[in-house]
Amino acid sequence: MDFLGINPVLLIASLMVSATPILLAAIGETVVEKSGVLNLGVEGMMIVGAVVGFITAVNTENPAIGFVTAAIAGALLSTIFATLVLHLKSNQVATGLGLTLVGLGISALLGKPYEGIKSPTLQSLDIPILADIPIFGRMLFSHDAMVYVSILIVGLVWYTLKYTRAGLVLRAVGENHDAAHALGYKVIRIRFLAIMFGGACSGLGGAYISLVRVPQWTEGMTAGAGWIALAIVVFASWKPWRTLIGAYLFGGITVLQLNLQAAGVAIPVEYLSMSPFLITIAVLVIISARGNQGAPASLGRPFHASN
Amino acid sequence: MKLKSILTSAIAAVALGTAAIAADIKVGFVYVGPVGDGGWTYEHDQGRKAVVEAFGDRVETIYQENVPEGADSERVMTQMALQGADLIFTTSFGYMDPTINVAKKFPNVKFEHATGYKRADNVSTYSARFYEGRAVQGHIAGKMTKTNKIGYIGSFPIPEVIRGINSAYIHAKKVNPDVEFNIVWAYTWFDPAKEADAANALIEQGCDVVLQHTDSTAPQAAAEKAGNVITFGQASDMAEFGPLPRVSSIIDDWGPYYVARTQAVLDGTWTSMDTWDGIGPGMVKIGEISSAVPADIKAEAEALRDALGSGEYHAFTGPLNKQDGTPWLAAGETADDGTLAGMNFYVEGLTGTIPQ
Amino acid sequence: MIHFEKRLNPSRITTVVTPIIAVILTMIAGGIMFAALGKPPLEAIRIIFWDPLFDPNFASYSRPQLLVKAGPLILIAIGLSIGFKAGIWNIGAEGQYIMGAVFGAAVALAAYPADSVLLFPAMVVSGACGGWLWAMIPAILRTKFNTNEILVSLMLVYVAESILASVAQGLLKNPEGYGFPGSRNLQQYPSAFNAEVIANSGMHWGVISAFIAVICAYVMMTRHIRGFEVRLMGEAPKAARFSGTSTTRLVVFCLGISGALAGLAGMFEVSGPSGQITIDFNSGYGFTAIIVAFLGRLHPIGILLAGLLMALTYIGGELAQLMLGLPGASIQLFQGMLLLFLLATDIFTNYRIRIGGAK
Repeated sequence: MDFLGINPVLLIASLMVSATPILLAAIGETVVEKSGVLNLGVEGMMIVGAVVGFITAVNTENPAIGFVTAAIAGALLSTIFATLVLHLKSNQVATGLGLTLVGLGISALLGKPYEGIKSPTLQSLDIPILADIPIFGRMLFSHDAMVYVSILIVGLVWYTLKYTRAGLVLRAVGENHDAAHALGYKVIRIRFLAIMFGGACSGLGGAYISLVRVPQWTEGMTAGAGWIALAIVVFASWKPWRTLIGAYLFGGITVLQLNLQAAGVAIPVEYLSMSPFLITIAVLVIISARGNQGAPASLGRPFHASN
Repeated sequence: MKLKSILTSAIAAVALGTAAIAADIKVGFVYVGPVGDGGWTYEHDQGRKAVVEAFGDRVETIYQENVPEGADSERVMTQMALQGADLIFTTSFGYMDPTINVAKKFPNVKFEHATGYKRADNVSTYSARFYEGRAVQGHIAGKMTKTNKIGYIGSFPIPEVIRGINSAYIHAKKVNPDVEFNIVWAYTWFDPAKEADAANALIEQGCDVVLQHTDSTAPQAAAEKAGNVITFGQASDMAEFGPLPRVSSIIDDWGPYYVARTQAVLDGTWTSMDTWDGIGPGMVKIGEISSAVPADIKAEAEALRDALGSGEYHAFTGPLNKQDGTPWLAAGETADDGTLAGMNFYVEGLTGTIPQ
Repeated sequence: MIHFEKRLNPSRITTVVTPIIAVILTMIAGGIMFAALGKPPLEAIRIIFWDPLFDPNFASYSRPQLLVKAGPLILIAIGLSIGFKAGIWNIGAEGQYIMGAVFGAAVALAAYPADSVLLFPAMVVSGACGGWLWAMIPAILRTKFNTNEILVSLMLVYVAESILASVAQGLLKNPEGYGFPGSRNLQQYPSAFNAEVIANSGMHWGVISAFIAVICAYVMMTRHIRGFEVRLMGEAPKAARFSGTSTTRLVVFCLGISGALAGLAGMFEVSGPSGQITIDFNSGYGFTAIIVAFLGRLHPIGILLAGLLMALTYIGGELAQLMLGLPGASIQLFQGMLLLFLLATDIFTNYRIRIGGAK
């Protein structure tokens, strides 16, 4: 069963957990970008979600409430971005970067009194029957609820984008906002909601780090996860299920390189530590070499109704 | 209404500001991380608070957090000196050359640089012998492991970290000849998610003890989740993870040193010196050994701690060979500080190579 | 009903007035934040914006430091702005900055202790090449495979950080450093030291290069055919292709120039203010420069001013931390607010407000 001294069952089980924060953030950002907006503030929204989720979970002793408030906090922060970009027509790249600065600053100030405290955390579900299946039970069915919630969100996003009217409208807005506007769709309102959804998902992802991965609050604890999530979206060519693959692949390579080290496989460590990024680039090249990347045509372009 | 309260507070602050000038001396601290990192910088800030506690109004402390190494740190130190600081603690290895540069420009200001090796008439250096604490950890780890596999999360392969690995290994091996070390280099000081992954990787390899030389509590949480794995707090106590998985910890206690040096400046007796203190003078503390450790092992560990503290035992005592089998220390010989300071080799028995 | 109408030409008056309004708004919002933190707001704002420039105790030191801090930001931002104008998104300047420093320092360390006037110019060339080469990776992938350059350049930042950590502990480690990581200090190697050109002015070669870059970029964007191509590509890609502009050439040009300038910034920093290659040598200039580029509205003069303003908030923010014990995070938040207010008021430059009766 072991390969190079690594048990693949355990590897997959731990990569699912390890990839969940970036998956949540990435699926949210996919929706935002599908609507034609590029929000580079994912890191800022994640860390605000992490701190708010942590604070409420500690005070209510209920991690579920923590996740809910984290989503709300992420969505609220994203409205700053949405207002600036949609109503005040500011540059999306710069506004997203500004949002990250603001998020990092706010989170550090809010979190000060909560340093060094442990939060209540989510228990593993150990889904009845399924968790007892040999191999797969341990690998796939013994995680905490948020792992499945994240997959569920991916499924919902996929279904909504592909099969519902709302999804069609969202995609139309992202592909050609002028045409969508001409057809009578509320471009600004749709994008505003998409941005808030992205904020909520980022908030959830951040809370997963502060409530499950680490169960503690420390300043700057998302440590760049938001940037990886942004990369995953492009990597996935804006397709929901590919986001899942991308996040798991990225998480998987990170976990694998640490596992290879732990197993004492003699590969120079410094090359291993850069491998997730190099492999991401390589896969990206392969995908793009095959042709259309599927970027929403209006991505990053400002919309002005009277044009 | 708001404007009025702002104005009132501004006036109040100006009044306060003039009142605060009464302090005899001003002491500055330059931190590499945020004071709330729960590890390295947190403990230095605890040291600063100890100074405040000890001297009250006689000493004013100022600090700056998240100061990048290099040019930014040089500017921060200069601004501190310009602002009238009499004594400045620079608490990261990377501040070494900037500290020397600024010290040249301000001969009347005293500087204290942590973990470096360059001194001047107004620059002292200080560091802690963390490896003494690692020896105690190694002892407990060697005794407690059932799988005989001990995991070690390293940050960067620098002498400080390698010294810790060697010390822990020597003392684990001493009490348990079958013990093996699995070492993972995270290439970061602080990245909770990555540290959690590293801990999980080690646990999946069958390690039931995880030692860390990174700053976050993520490995503790990973061990708690896995169950049957023990860990040790790093830099700060991390007591919230006790009694299991955290069974003990190494705490950097800078307070007594900072108080003593501040006192020396107040008394006018400050001179440049090199301090490398361990358990004995209290710069390194072993956190409470938890109830999860059987009484006899706890007693042995405390005896080892005390022997290291009193100086009757040195953590690197021969016979010891280097990893490739070449002799390093003869029986009874102890390592000199120079070799320890720049340690860049594993001792015999450790597997793997140190990344370059 | 408030309604915005696009201006045909950006208003000149608002171009000047809106940044001032934004700074005032930031002062108000920041003041409220400082007050909420229990610190005197007016004093905090005075320390951030006034003291670094005019305080009798600090100003003689902080004014030159302003240039030292702004120099690399401006140099990198100028390069980035050219690409951004053309719609070519290099967000990996941090990686190019690192590689420029590594390449530049490697030349000096290989020559150590040789004494030659040619060494410093060689380091400049090598540093620019390092950044340029690192930027050529996304450039080639974009032109050959149409791979997204945002992602590749970002990923390469992390790769560069790993390389930096590796060389700081291996290839470029100071052989007389007692095994500690980090290279020799180039400040102590006269041939390689990027010293101040005029003592205590803050003007080292990197700052001078930044000013030269501002002038060159201004001339190129307004007077040169290449500047026209860049703008055309950004504003009307189809028209650009139709008029015979080669996308490939422009991508290589834009990424190349931003990479080379970022590499130069890294090289000037490592050979001057910073002095040595260390594990954490980079301190975010590459990312902050993106903000500077947009704050300056992608205009060379704007970037010059934005870089100085950004440097002022850094240095003033440090002073405020020291004098008032403000947490570092509040300064970060303050910078974030400044950026967002500047962006928010930008609308008045490009749009006219009409109240009532949408057409």
